[in-house]
Amino acid sequence: MADIRDDLRKFVLDNFLFGQLNGGFSDDVSFMESGIIDSTGVLELIGFLERRYEITCSHEDLIPENLDSIASLTQFVTRKLTERAFVGQE
Amino acid sequence: MCGIAGIVSPDARDCSYGNLQRMILMIGHRGPDDAGSYTDGQAGLAHARLSIIDIANGRQPMSNADGSLLIVFNGEIFNYLELRDELAAKGHRFATRSDTEVILHLFEEMGESAVTRLNGQWALAIWNRRERRLFLSRDRMGVRPLFYTFSGKRFIFASEIKGLFACPGVSRKLDLRSLDQVFTFWHTISPRTVFEDVFELPPGHSAILQDGRLTIRPYWELNYPAAPSGPPAHDEQAYAEQLLDLLKDAARIRLRADVPVGAYLSGGLDSTLIAALANQFAGSRLKTFSVRFSDPELDESSFQRQAVQYLGTDHAGLRCSEREIGEAFPEVIWHTETPILRTGPAPLYLLAKLVRERGYKVVLTGEGADEMLGGYDIFKEFKIRRFWAAHADSTWRPLLLKRLYPYLKNLGSQPAAYLNSFFQVHSANAGDPFFSHAPRWRLAAGLKIFYSRGMRAELDSREAFRELEQLLPPAFAAWDGFSRAEYLEARHLLPGYILSSQGDRVAMAHAVEGRFPFLDYRVVEFAAGLPPTLKMKALQEKYLLKRCARGLVPPAVIGRHKQPYRAPEAQSFFPDGRPLPYVEELLAPRQIRQDGIFDPDAVQKLVEKTRNGDIIGIRDNMALVGIISTTVLMRRFLTGFSAGEEQEEFHGRHPGRLAEICP
Repeated sequence: MADIRDDLRKFVLDNFLFGQLNGGFSDDVSFMESGIIDSTGVLELIGFLERRYEITCSHEDLIPENLDSIASLTQFVTRKLTERAFVGQE
Repeated sequence: MCGIAGIVSPDARDCSYGNLQRMILMIGHRGPDDAGSYTDGQAGLAHARLSIIDIANGRQPMSNADGSLLIVFNGEIFNYLELRDELAAKGHRFATRSDTEVILHLFEEMGESAVTRLNGQWALAIWNRRERRLFLSRDRMGVRPLFYTFSGKRFIFASEIKGLFACPGVSRKLDLRSLDQVFTFWHTISPRTVFEDVFELPPGHSAILQDGRLTIRPYWELNYPAAPSGPPAHDEQAYAEQLLDLLKDAARIRLRADVPVGAYLSGGLDSTLIAALANQFAGSRLKTFSVRFSDPELDESSFQRQAVQYLGTDHAGLRCSEREIGEAFPEVIWHTETPILRTGPAPLYLLAKLVRERGYKVVLTGEGADEMLGGYDIFKEFKIRRFWAAHADSTWRPLLLKRLYPYLKNLGSQPAAYLNSFFQVHSANAGDPFFSHAPRWRLAAGLKIFYSRGMRAELDSREAFRELEQLLPPAFAAWDGFSRAEYLEARHLLPGYILSSQGDRVAMAHAVEGRFPFLDYRVVEFAAGLPPTLKMKALQEKYLLKRCARGLVPPAVIGRHKQPYRAPEAQSFFPDGRPLPYVEELLAPRQIRQDGIFDPDAVQKLVEKTRNGDIIGIRDNMALVGIISTTVLMRRFLTGFSAGEEQEEFHGRHPGRLAEICP
C-alpha cells in the first residue's frame, strides 16, 4: 500500500503540479478544493489508474470519496486491485 | 483601414521624416496601398493606407482647407454620407468623397466632441497647428488599436506597438504585472500592455496632448440599466423587430466601400445572420470565407455548408492543419504583440491571408453578439451558479450544470461541497463583483504554477483583481448580475482579446479589414438596455436574436447547440508527437532558465506530458500556449527586434514609397 501511495503521489506531483511542490501537500488534502485537480484533470487521473494498474473504473466509482486525495485514491486502488485478484481466482 | 503613427516633441529633430518613415514602415502591412507623412518640426504624422473609400483622393495626412488641422485616421466612419450632407447644408465645402475629410469638417464644427457623432471603428490623431495640440481618439468598442508612450520629452503613438519600438531610443521591456494579467484574464487590463511604459488608449476614450501633458477622457461608456423591476416595456415581438431593424441598418452601412466586401461564415448563428443581411443588400453574389479543422470536435463545416447552400453565397473554405497553426504561430505573436493562452488567432491569421489572396480587403463578421446578446456559456454557468448559490447546500440545483458540461457525467452523485469548491458557489460569494467569472479566472490562475521562483516573489496574486475592480464603473453594483457578467466580457475580453489578438491584428497582418455590425453603437446600446431574460431565456442562449434570425438563416443553424470557436492547441506544436524546431529551442531548460519567467523543470514536465499525448485539460493546453507565446514574444520584441522578411517584402511591393514618405 505504501508503494501505491508513493506511486500515486509521484503521478499527481508530476502530472498536475509539474513538480512544483509549493510546500507540499498532505495525504488527505482535497485535490478539488486546493485546485490541484480540475474537472478535466479527473479524466486524466482515471486514464492513469486504468493504464497503470489495469483496473476499470465504472461511473459509480467516480466520486470524491474515491478520488479526491492521496489517501482516498490509495484506498480505492488497493480495493480495486483486491477485487480484481479475487475475481481472477474464481 | 490603415496604420497611423506620429511624434510630438519640443525637439524638431525628433519629428524627422526619418523617424516617421521607420515607424510607418514597421506597420506597413496595415496599409500597403499608399503612404504619406507630414512634419512641421513640432509634430510629425505618418500614414500607411489601405484604400477602401475614395481611392483616388483619400490620401493622408490630410489637412483642412486653411491647413490648420491635420489628420491621420485608421478605420471607417460608416455614417459619413449622412454627416457629409449635414455639414454641406451648413456650408462646408468638400474636396474629396472620403470619410476622412468628413471627420475634419465635423471637427471644425464641433471640436473634440465630434467623435460622439461618429458611427464606426477608428483610431485617429488630429494635430492642431495653431494651438499645438494633439487630439487622439479610439472607437467605442475598441475595434481599432492605438498605442502610445512617453520617451524622454517625446510623445509617440502608433497603431501597433512595433511602430513605437521602430522609433530610435524607445525602450523595450516586459512588464511582469501586465504579464500576470494575461495569465489571469487572457489579456492585459487597458490601458496596460505587456510592455513597460507602453499604453493603449482605452476604447471609448479620447486624449489631448498639450504642452507635454496627456489628458485622457471617456466620451462614451457601456452602460446597463439598474436591475429591472416590473415587466419589460414592450412585448417580445416588438423587441425582436427593433433589434432586426437596427441590425439591418448596421449591416447596410457597413457595405459602404469602393471595393468588394466579403463576409466570414463560421456556421454559427451570428456570422450566418450577418452574411444573410449582407447578402440582401449586396449588389452581387456575396463572397464568404470560413476555416475548417480536421478534428470533428472543432470543425463546423457541416453547418457552413448548410448556410452557404441556404444563402447561395460564393464560398471559400480554408482547411487548417495542426502543423500549419504551429508553424504560423511565431508570426501570429509578432502581430498580437502579447502572449496569448489559446491558439484561436492563428487560423484567423491564415484565413485573412486567403481573403487577401482572393482579392478582398473587407469582411463583415459576427463578433459582438455573444457578448451583447447572451451567447456565451459563461452566462449560462453564471445563471446556474446564482440559482444554486441562493441555496448553496442544494443537491439538485447543480445538476443543471450537466447541460453545460456533459462530460461531468457523474455530477449527481457528487456531494455538494465538492462541486461548490470547483464552481466557487458559496452564498457569501454571490455579492462578489466577479462572481460570474470566478471559475474561469480560477482555472487560469492554475497556470501560475509554471512561474519561476523569481516571478512568484515579484507578484502579488490579488493585484490583478484589485486593478480590475478599481476600473469598474460606479453603477456596476446596481446592475443585474447578468449585465455585470456581460459588461466584463464586452468591456474587457472583447477589446482585450477577441477584437485585437483574434481580430484587428491577425486580419491587418494581411491588410484585411473586419467590420462588425453587432458592434454598431446603436445595436450595442439597444442590447445593453434589453431585459436580460430576453437575451437568455432560462438557459436558451441568444433567445431574442434567434427570433430575429427566423426565416433568414437555416433552421438547423438556429437550432444547433452552440459551439464556442476553438482551434487545435497543444498538438499544433507537437505534430506527430515531436516538437516543431522552434518550440524545442524555446522550451529547452537552458533557454527557459535564461528567460527567467517560467520554471525550467515544470516546463520540461509539461513538454513530456505533451510529447506523450497526455494533455487533455484546458489548463495544460493554455499553459503550453501561454509559455510558447511568451517566449516567442521575448525573442521577437526583447532580445531581438526586427520585422525581418515582412519589411523586406513591403519594400519590394512598394519600391517608390520611400521617396514619397521622405520628400
